[in-house]
Amino acid sequence: MRFSYVIGLFSAAVMSAALVGNAAAQGKTVKIGGIFPMSGNAASIGVHVKQAFDVALDIINNPHPELGNFPLAKNGGLAGLGGAKVEIVYADNQGSPATGQNQALRLITEEKVVALTGAYQSGITLTASAIAEKYNIPFVNGESVAPNLTERGFKWFFRVTPIATDFARVYYEFLNDMKAAGAKTDNIAILHDNTEYGASVASTLTTAFKEKGIAIALDVAYATNATDVQSQVLQLKEKKPDVVIAISYTSDAILFAKTMQALDYKPPMLLADDSGYSDPSFIKAVGKISQGVFNRSSWSVGPAGSPTAIIAKMYKDKSGDDMDDTVARQMQALFVLCEAIDGAGSTEPTKIQAALKATDLKPDQIMMGYKGVKFDDKGQNILASGLIIQLQDGENYVAVWPKATAEKAPIMPYKGW
Amino acid sequence: MTFTLVQVIVGGLLLGAVYALFSSGLTLVWGMMNVVNFAHGDFVMLGMYVAFVVYTLLGGGPLIGAPLATLLLATLGVIVYFGLIRDIMKGPMLAQILGTFGLALLLRYSVFWWFGANFLSLPENLVGGTFDIFGIRIQASRLLAGVVALLVTLGLHLLLTRTTLGSRMLAVAEDATAAQLMGIRPDSMQAIAWGIAAGATGLAGALIATFFYIVPTVGETLGIVAFVTVSLGGFGSVPGALVAGLLIGVIESLSGYLIGAVYKDIVVYTLFLGFLWFRPQGLMGKT
Repeated sequence: MRFSYVIGLFSAAVMSAALVGNAAAQGKTVKIGGIFPMSGNAASIGVHVKQAFDVALDIINNPHPELGNFPLAKNGGLAGLGGAKVEIVYADNQGSPATGQNQALRLITEEKVVALTGAYQSGITLTASAIAEKYNIPFVNGESVAPNLTERGFKWFFRVTPIATDFARVYYEFLNDMKAAGAKTDNIAILHDNTEYGASVASTLTTAFKEKGIAIALDVAYATNATDVQSQVLQLKEKKPDVVIAISYTSDAILFAKTMQALDYKPPMLLADDSGYSDPSFIKAVGKISQGVFNRSSWSVGPAGSPTAIIAKMYKDKSGDDMDDTVARQMQALFVLCEAIDGAGSTEPTKIQAALKATDLKPDQIMMGYKGVKFDDKGQNILASGLIIQLQDGENYVAVWPKATAEKAPIMPYKGW
Repeated sequence: MTFTLVQVIVGGLLLGAVYALFSSGLTLVWGMMNVVNFAHGDFVMLGMYVAFVVYTLLGGGPLIGAPLATLLLATLGVIVYFGLIRDIMKGPMLAQILGTFGLALLLRYSVFWWFGANFLSLPENLVGGTFDIFGIRIQASRLLAGVVALLVTLGLHLLLTRTTLGSRMLAVAEDATAAQLMGIRPDSMQAIAWGIAAGATGLAGALIATFFYIVPTVGETLGIVAFVTVSLGGFGSVPGALVAGLLIGVIESLSGYLIGAVYKDIVVYTLFLGFLWFRPQGLMGKT
């Protein structure tokens, strides 16, 4: 027993020595850790983010003059590090906060990554980034919206995406405009799962609306990965709210769409909070019975020939799917991180951290529809913003609000099927 | 209020029938061989994918998909028995658990590799839409699954109690050595049991696919309910699984509606554990 233990330790030591030696020999590779759900019920997210990162790495590591002034596109590799190539080391979080934490530890201590990105589910970003903080490794997040992630006093956590408080404002203003246009929006119900994401977004929205003098009439919480949601839909059907705000991951979002049709329930307005409702497989599976659902987004393809349109096309060629808001935000985070490493001209964590703090990207230097990227002391992007999109034909989301960037006018009421 | 309550109970019964449907195969294997099949949920998943492939390639509904899924999964069940179960049954309990668990992962990630991780779905009107009876909505696809659940339960029960094959299978379950002395081949009987169980599970999957999403990990979501249903119904009791399925479905729906969906699992599992405390053999299990 003890002998095999010693042998085990010895081989582990030899292997890590070999790995380190290998990394040193190549020299010109910058390793970034990517923690995402590659298995479990959110695996489709992991598959898509990997394809998006392949596109991002292609842009970063190879010359892409067609993207014009888009950062990191012009030449191959990171110019600040003598053309070093970026490599992503992926780790599967299996949809579990504990696994996400272990994977963060493994990526930092064994794979020697210089920075981390991920981890999709807010509850897992929470645990994984705590490890990065402990080891003084930068963690750049592009997609987790639970507000408390940037309220922990962390020095190594940076978040590019707009968060629940930003979207509470967007929803409020959008509903106000819809009310002015004649829609009823007084009676609001929130439907959400009980994960870190669902619970925190629901409570942020409830608080934000309360401050504006609007009480949430009905709060329907459920356990994620439900086998059945009939009772939740019946609760809504009975209370007849004017607006239902739905905060769900993909599996539950699909089940809700199917159950709403089966029980013949259509709220006058269904306003979804991204995630499940932005997943391309949601649109393919139940888009046709979810016509007219509103959703939030920060992604817009843009005119033909623009960097965003070119990137969207590269992604579509790679994955076969249209780029959605979630995967675009994840990609944006990787660009921000690589831009910072490039600017730092070093893979020293403290130098990357300093470069992230100094980040000041303009709207034409990013692929998302944000007003830019600039972090506050908490690590939150203060220029992040969003818009409202609608699934009018059941196949493609179009921007409908605010008016300035809208492609089409919002259609009311919710059509369903 | 009362009106919605009726809808909640009807929905609960239909849900429960589905639970019963995909639990019958598990209880059969459990009762026959004392083998806990952790790959059960993934057999359901395979049945769902068969239904999906039948629809996309042939445009066929469950009329083709369900029999085909039954047949394919039954074949797979027999193969799994001879290829894996027969050998691990000789090993310790832990080997059985890990063996079927490994099989579950193998099936799940093979499908993952072949079909990808995307959520798939069959068209909602594949099985005749939804009936509206005095405002109570009943989905035809769920009703079909419910009726088939009753038929499968009845069929399996009759098979085990009224036929020579059934008696032989039960004899092997009781005492394999004694049965062998009587000229019954335990191997064949157990292979048949695996075939029937897997076939019933595939059938369940093909029918559930008409109203649920399809994804490689769906077995994880559904699998746990199957284990609870089987334990509540009594290990090995097919009618027990039916009653337990219906009970769980109704309790889940009622507590979800009256108390709140977040608490429904707490209610179900508290009642479940409380019940097992008084009656550990389950509703219809043998002592």
